Amino acid sequence: MIDLLKEVTKDQLKEIPNFRPGDTVRVRIKMIEGGKERTQVFEGIVIRKKGSGISSTFTVRRMSYRIGVERTFPLHSPMIDEIKVVRFGKVRRSRLYYLRLKEGKET
Amino acid sequence: MGLGILGKKLGMTQVFDEKGEIVPVTAIKTGACLIVQKKIKEKDGYDAIQVGFDDIKKSRLNKPILGHFEKAEVSPKRYLREFRVADASSFEIGKELRTEELFQEGEKVSVSSTSKGKGFQGVIKRHGFRGGKASHGSMFHRAPGSIGTSTDPSRVLKGKKLPGRMGGRKVTIKNIQIVKIDSTNQVLLLKGAIPGHRGGLVIIKKRE
Repeated sequence: MIDLLKEVTKDQLKEIPNFRPGDTVRVRIKMIEGGKERTQVFEGIVIRKKGSGISSTFTVRRMSYRIGVERTFPLHSPMIDEIKVVRFGKVRRSRLYYLRLKEGKET
Repeated sequence: MGLGILGKKLGMTQVFDEKGEIVPVTAIKTGACLIVQKKIKEKDGYDAIQVGFDDIKKSRLNKPILGHFEKAEVSPKRYLREFRVADASSFEIGKELRTEELFQEGEKVSVSSTSKGKGFQGVIKRHGFRGGKASHGSMFHRAPGSIGTSTDPSRVLKGKKLPGRMGGRKVTIKNIQIVKIDSTNQVLLLKGAIPGHRGGLVIIKKRE
C-alpha cells in the first residue's frame, strides 16, 4: 500500500545532486513575474534536509547584508532549475541550527 | 442518483501542479468495479446498478452470496454497493465501470466513507462547545453545562448535544477535485483529505 503511494509520485521525482548539511549550494529558482520567466540564484549553506520521497525539503541559510536569510525548498520542486554544490562542508551534525547564533565567522 | 466507483484509501501524499506549487492529495486505489446486478423499477421498485469491488477468496463468503456472484459470472468481491441510475436496463451485467471513462482530471466529485471512530467523547471535541476557563479559580472546565430548563418541561429536549460516541459514521464530502487519474497503477488522486482510515472503502460519486 505504501509502495503504491511512492509509485504514484515517482514520475515527479528529479535527479538530485548529492549534498549534505554543511555544504554550500547555489540554487537556481525559476520565477514567473508578469508572464515572464526568469531565474533567481540563492546561495548559502544547507542547514537541514528532511523528509523522504516527494515531500522532502532542504533549507539554505545565507547572510544577506548581515541579516540571516533562510529559505526552505521542496527538494523535487519543478521550480528549482538547478542545485549546484559550490563547496563541501565538514560538519558533525545533521541540523546546523547553531549557525543562527553565530555571526560573521561561519562554517 | 449519479454513477460512481468504489475504491480503497491508500493514504496521503503530495504532488506538484503546473505552477510548481504543492497540492496535498489522498490516493485512492481503484480497480475492477464490476456490475453484479441491475435493479429495475418494475421488479425492484427503483432503478439502480449493484457494483462489486475488491477481489476476495471464495472461502470468505457464504453460499447465498457466492451464488449471487456466480449468477452474474463475476469473481467474488468484498464490497457490494448500489448506485441509483435513471435507467438500469442500459447497463450490462459483468461489465466494468472504468474510472477513466467515468471521470476526468480536474472534475469535482463527492466522496463518502466511514470516518475514523473516536470513541466516547465529551462535548467539546464532539460538538465544538467552548468549555470554561482553565484557571483563575475556575471550577468549570470541559463540562457541558446546563442541559435544559426546570419544572417546565422537566425533561431534556430531544436532540440535545451531549457526550457520546463520535466518528465511525458515514461522512460525505462534496466538491472534491480529482487531481490525477493514474490508470497504470489504478490510483486516483483527490485533492485534500478524505474521511476514514487507510484501507477503508471509499465511494466516489459523480456530482449531480
